[in-house]
Amino acid sequence: MTTVAQTHSTTGKPTPKPPSAAPGDLAQTLTRPPRSLWRDAWSRLIRNKAAVLGAIIILFFVFVAIFASSLAPHNPLQIHSGQGFLPPMWVEKSATGKAGTPEFPLGTDNLGRDVLSRVIYGARVSMVVGFIPTIIIVIVGVTIGLTAGYRGGAIDNLLMRITDIVYAFPDLLFFIIVMTALRNTAIGQFLNGLFLLFVALALVNWVGMARLVRGQVLALKERDFVLASQAVGSPHRRIMLRHILPNSLGVIIVAMAFLIPGAIITEAILGYLGLGLRPSTDPNDIFITSWGSLLLEGQAAINNQPWLLLAPAICVALVVLSFNFLGDGLRDALDPRLRE
Amino acid sequence: MTRYIIRRLLQAIPTLLGISILSFILISSAPGDPVTMRTFGDVRMTEEARQIMRRQLGLDQHPIAQYFTWMTGLSVRQGDQVAMMTNPRVTCGYVAALNVTVCDRGGGILRGDLGTSLNTRQPVWDRIVERMAATLELGVTSLLLSLIIGVPLGVLSAVYRGSAFDNFVRFFAVIFRAVPIFWMALLLIFFFSVYLGWLPTGGRQTVTLTQEFNLFDRIRHIILPALVLAFGGIAGFSRIMRTETLEVLHTDYIRTAQAKGLSPNNVWFVHAFRNALIPLMTVMGPAVVGVLGGAVVVETIFAWPGMGRLTVNAAFQQDYPVVLGAGMFFAVLTIIGYLLSDIFYAAVDPRVRFE
Repeated sequence: MTTVAQTHSTTGKPTPKPPSAAPGDLAQTLTRPPRSLWRDAWSRLIRNKAAVLGAIIILFFVFVAIFASSLAPHNPLQIHSGQGFLPPMWVEKSATGKAGTPEFPLGTDNLGRDVLSRVIYGARVSMVVGFIPTIIIVIVGVTIGLTAGYRGGAIDNLLMRITDIVYAFPDLLFFIIVMTALRNTAIGQFLNGLFLLFVALALVNWVGMARLVRGQVLALKERDFVLASQAVGSPHRRIMLRHILPNSLGVIIVAMAFLIPGAIITEAILGYLGLGLRPSTDPNDIFITSWGSLLLEGQAAINNQPWLLLAPAICVALVVLSFNFLGDGLRDALDPRLRE
Repeated sequence: MTRYIIRRLLQAIPTLLGISILSFILISSAPGDPVTMRTFGDVRMTEEARQIMRRQLGLDQHPIAQYFTWMTGLSVRQGDQVAMMTNPRVTCGYVAALNVTVCDRGGGILRGDLGTSLNTRQPVWDRIVERMAATLELGVTSLLLSLIIGVPLGVLSAVYRGSAFDNFVRFFAVIFRAVPIFWMALLLIFFFSVYLGWLPTGGRQTVTLTQEFNLFDRIRHIILPALVLAFGGIAGFSRIMRTETLEVLHTDYIRTAQAKGLSPNNVWFVHAFRNALIPLMTVMGPAVVGVLGGAVVVETIFAWPGMGRLTVNAAFQQDYPVVLGAGMFFAVLTIIGYLLSDIFYAAVDPRVRFE
């Protein structure tokens, strides 16, 4: 990769001698330690303000998701009778004629459940939906993409045909069909329906990842270092895992950064359509509600309780934008040639 | 060129077959017994009558045979079974040479029959056609909007590269690309419909007794959904136009045009713009596909009576023939969209044809 070549040329450059310095100090003062591709990328990434901000926001939401049960001021399922329809604390008189209290900072829904606590628990679902399917997609997609690109032939043809099929069928329609058709089966009820969502997301998205990796492999396969490795008789497995995979990692990481927000959006849309996570009534559940479901509840009451939409909408947008900023930053950092 | 088109058409066949297999697997794995669904769970039905009906529907056959029947409308059984076929609407014949009975059940995807809606008992095709106009209206409006807004933004931000305007456009392109379409829809509904009360929250027209055509009313209804659907296109088109215009501005013929002393406006908007448009045409296929996919969401949120909403509602009502019929229709449109954009690309860039 170009970055490797650049780093080597900077470290290997003959350094001009300052006239006053003693020869012994010179090595210490003027040579830099060799920098790996990853260090190089890291230093480019942390200079990108938008990407760093995105990463901080993502870490914040990951933190909220993990410690939701300690952070939430109330139990998200607890119904505070007589305290429904409360507006956020800064509203003095809402359309429902009630004033906000600091006890419920973002107000309550029509049943008197604390909105802030529900939003905090919603972060859990979004984070899990973002990360778990992406891990499955990367494992499956990279394995198949590597094999198809390296071996070619029938498996490659099959992959390309499957890709055509998956690209032609509208994603969302596929999710809707799968979620409605299998909703009442055992798989559909596992983890309140989240498991089925993971499977559906993985089924659609592994194809894109496989195709991406395949393209990388095809390009790398012809490069000199691969030919050299083949010439000395390295086994195919070693070439794939030691030479081709590490050189494709940058592209894979960038693709991951864009897959995660895609999955979060899909969950939010499905939740909004009433097809995502089943709203739980069991306080012992880990996953209780999702931002998509909260948006659905919010839109149903858009005329007299518009504040229900506020927090989940801001959270969805923040998280999705953060991942996009981070993804853009990673792309620029890992492959500077792609920068516009 | 003809050879290229034929080759691309042939390549589309396995994709279509794959989609039909996928649809068939989905339709057959859907819960609910087809006999119970068709008889509305009539408890007076005897087991014998159920078996006869299963046979008439071909449900006793191997899944592959069922797929064949679903595609062609023909069912094939071994041996001479003409006497067993009791359904008066099905014509059967015995082919002695192969020792099989072939029945023409009518319909079949290949003959353009997508089946019958379980809910309304109408042919699926009729239900799609009655919704198609609304989807087209929305889709074409939003594509036009995204071109009218996106292309000039892209060209201007290339011409004034690095200016505040350029940064502004690029910033919003990133936002529009990232923010989910349904989020945008909720935001606009909240602001323009609920807070300001200027535009309706959904629907294609105001419901009145006479339902007569009122252009002003229709425009008021289409503004928000078309705009929401156009955001992705605006972001995409402006980005492509910016990149392409920048590229074209560095070519020799632009330098020649400038050297000839043509006015900057002439150089930018006549010489550069026309050449930068070519790559834009090639992304029209994917853009159409994006609009179709987005229509599923936007139509649901804005209660727009189009194919997307039909499909989502049918999915909720577990009306699988409608869902899959519409899904396959979407898929065919997608394939046509990609095909047209590839063919156009090959027409303007001959190198593609020889790959």
